[in-house]
Amino acid sequence: MHMAISQFNYIEEKFEALQTAHPNVLLNEVRQKGFQTYQTAGVPSCKNEEWRYTPVNNLFKQAFLFSDNKAAINAAFVDSVRLPESATANELVFVNGLYQPSLSTIRSANDEIVVLCMEAASADARFADILKAHLGKSSLYVQDGVHALNTSFINGGVFVYIPKNTQATLPLYVYQIADTVHHPVLAQPRSLIYLAESASLQLVEHYATSGNSDSFTNEIMEVVVAGNSVFEYYKVQNDDASANQVNTTHIRQIGKSYVHTVVITLSGGMIRNNTNIIMETPGNEAHMYGLYLLKGNTHADNHTLVDNREPHCFSNELYKGIMDDAATGVFSGKIYVRPHAQKTNAYQSNKNILLSEKATVNTKPQLEIFADDVKCSHGCTVGRLDEEALFYLRSRGIDAAQAKAMLLQAFANDVVEKIKIDSLRQHIETLIANRLSLQTN
Amino acid sequence: MLSIQNIHAAVEGKEILKGINLDIQPGEVHAIMGPNGSGKSTLASVLAGREEYEVTEGSITFLGKDMLELSPEERSREGLFLAFQYPVEIPGVSTTNFIKTALNEKRKYHGLAPLDAVSFLKLMKEKMQLVEIDKALLTRSVNEGFSGGEKKKNEIFQMAMLEPKLTILDETDSGLDIDALRIVASGVNKLRNKNNAIIVITHYQRLLDYLQPDFVHVLYNGRIVKSGTKELALTLEDQGYDYIKEAFGATTI
Ligand SMILES: Nc1ncnc2c1ncn2[C@@H]1O[C@H](COP(=O)(O)OP(=O)(O)O)[C@@H](O)[C@H]1O
Ligand SMILES: [Mg+2]
Repeated sequence: MHMAISQFNYIEEKFEALQTAHPNVLLNEVRQKGFQTYQTAGVPSCKNEEWRYTPVNNLFKQAFLFSDNKAAINAAFVDSVRLPESATANELVFVNGLYQPSLSTIRSANDEIVVLCMEAASADARFADILKAHLGKSSLYVQDGVHALNTSFINGGVFVYIPKNTQATLPLYVYQIADTVHHPVLAQPRSLIYLAESASLQLVEHYATSGNSDSFTNEIMEVVVAGNSVFEYYKVQNDDASANQVNTTHIRQIGKSYVHTVVITLSGGMIRNNTNIIMETPGNEAHMYGLYLLKGNTHADNHTLVDNREPHCFSNELYKGIMDDAATGVFSGKIYVRPHAQKTNAYQSNKNILLSEKATVNTKPQLEIFADDVKCSHGCTVGRLDEEALFYLRSRGIDAAQAKAMLLQAFANDVVEKIKIDSLRQHIETLIANRLSLQTN
Repeated sequence: MLSIQNIHAAVEGKEILKGINLDIQPGEVHAIMGPNGSGKSTLASVLAGREEYEVTEGSITFLGKDMLELSPEERSREGLFLAFQYPVEIPGVSTTNFIKTALNEKRKYHGLAPLDAVSFLKLMKEKMQLVEIDKALLTRSVNEGFSGGEKKKNEIFQMAMLEPKLTILDETDSGLDIDALRIVASGVNKLRNKNNAIIVITHYQRLLDYLQPDFVHVLYNGRIVKSGTKELALTLEDQGYDYIKEAFGATTI
C-alpha cells in the first residue's frame, strides 16, 4: 500500500526526479533552497506556535501522492464549477497543482495581461529579471516545512503580468481543481502575479474537487504590487470535506498602492490560509476581510500578517467567524510596525459566533509595535447569537430558525459586502442564504 | 380576549410576579402604572413569551388559546404585539425586509398568500403616514442609530403594519418630546377599534390624556394592588406612588 508522504524517501525521490526531468537554472536554484529548508525545518507540529491549533502534521501521515499529471479533468467539469461571469472573463485552471493551458482562457487583449508558464517566463527576456527578483520572497516570512515543500516542487506554475498603465478590464478567475478519482492527491500550485505601475487586477480564486479521495493542496501565490496600482483578491473556499489545504497569499506592496482582500471559507477539511501583506514603501493602504462560516468538522485557520516596514501606511482588517457542529475556527492576526514606520494606522477586529457546544474558536491578535507615533487597535469577541435581537424578531412573528438565519446573515454580510465584483458577491450571498436556510420574500 | 389568572413568574429563581389577575375585553384600553421595578415589563415579557421568565403558577388565555403553550412567534401571529420599552438595535437587518418577513409569516400562518412587492409598498406608505415616520429610517438597519423617539415611532409603525388584536405599550411615552408623544399617541388612537385592545404601561398622565383608558391598574411589588377608572391615574399623578407604597407597605421581598 501507499506510505505516508512524510516518508522521507518518497519526497526525496520526487525532488531529485523533478530537478533532473525539468531542469531550469532559476527554478532549480529556488527549488533547491526550498528543499533544504524543508529538510531542516521539517513539518511543524502543534508545538510550533504558528501551528498550535492546526495539526498539519496529521496530513503528512496520510498516503497522498504527487500528481502524475494524468488527471482527467475536462472542460465539462470546469463548466460545472465556474463562478458567475467567469466564462466571459480570464480563466486559469490548475489541476492537481499544475497549470492547464488547454483548459484556461484569456479573453482580455494581449496587451492587458500576460500569462505564461513559470518555466517559459524564466526564459523570457522580458520577465526573467522579475522572476529572479521576486519568486520565492514569501519564504522570508513563512519559514516552515510546509511552505518550503511547495517551493521545493515549483513546477507547472504560472506567471501573470499586468503591464504598466493597464486597468485590467476583466477579472482573473483561478480554479484550483483536485482530481482525486484514483488516489489521494498532494497538489502544490504556485504562482507569481506582478502588477506593474498604475495597473489594476481583480483576482478570484476558487477551489473544487472531482473524486472521493482526500486531497492536500499546498499552495503559494506571490503577488507584487507596484506603485499606484490596485489589487483586489477574493478567495472562495467551498470545497468537499475531503479537501485539505494550506495556502499562502503573499502580497508585497513595492510602491504606494492599494490592496483589498476578501477570504470566504464555507466548507472543506483542514484549511489554513496565510494572508500576508508586506508594505515595503510609505503610504500603502490595505483592507483585509475574512468570513469563515463553518459546520461539520471543517477546520479553518486564518493567519494574517501586515508588516508595516515604512511610515504612513494604513491597514484595516475584519475577520468574522460562525462555527456550528464540531467546526473549529482559528484566527491569528499579526501586525508588525517596524521602528521606522511612524504614522502607521493599523486596525484589526475578529468577531466570532459559536452556534453549538462542540464548536470552538481560537483567536489571537498579535501586535508588535516598535514605533511610537502610531495608531493601532485590535479587538476580538467570541459569543453566541444575540438573544435580545432574536427575541425581538420572534416577537414580530418570525420563527426562531428564520430569525437566527437573519441575524447570522447580517453578521456575515459585513464581510460579504466587501466583495466588489457584483456577480461574485451575489453568488456568495446566495450560498450563504441557502446554507442558513434563509427564506427570501 | 385576554384572561390572566394568578400568574406567578420568576427570573433567575427570583419571584417577580406574585399572582396577577387581569381580564381584557376587545375595544378596551387598560393602563398599568406603578413604581420602577414593580414588575410591569416582566408582565409584558411573560405575555410576549420571553423564555428567561419562568411562569411558575397560573394561566393565560388569549383569544381562547392557552397562551403559555405558544411560542413568541405564534403569539405574535395570533395577534399580540409588544412595543418594547427598549427596542433593540439589529445591525445589518434592514427594517423594511424585517417588517415584510414578519408580515408575510403572519399571513402564512393565517393561510394568506404573501403580499406582493407593490401591495407591500402601498401598505407601508399608508402606515408611514399614519405614524409620521420618516421613510429614510425604514431603509436603515432595525433601530440602528435611531434616536429614542425614532425607536418608539418604529414600534408603533410595526404595530400599524401588523394590526395586532392586543397591543402592549411598554413605556412607549418615555423619552418622547411633546410633539413625538402627540404623533405616537394619535397613531395609536387611529389604530384603535372595537375589536382590538391595548395595555399601556406608563408613568405619565400625558399619554393617558390622549388614550383615555377604560381601566387603570397599579402594579406594585409583583401584584395589582389597586384597579380603577381613569381617575385613579389622576390621583397617582397628584400624590405620586408614595401613597401606594405606604398603603401597601415597603413589603419585604
Ligand atoms: N432579566 C432579568 N434578570 C434579573 N432580574 C430581572 C430581570 N428582569 C427584571 N428583573 C427584576 O425584576 C424586577 C421587576 O423589573 P421590571 O419588570 O423591569 O420592572 P418595571 O418594568 O416595573 O420597572 C426588578 O427588580 C428587576 O431588577
Ligand atoms: Mg419597565
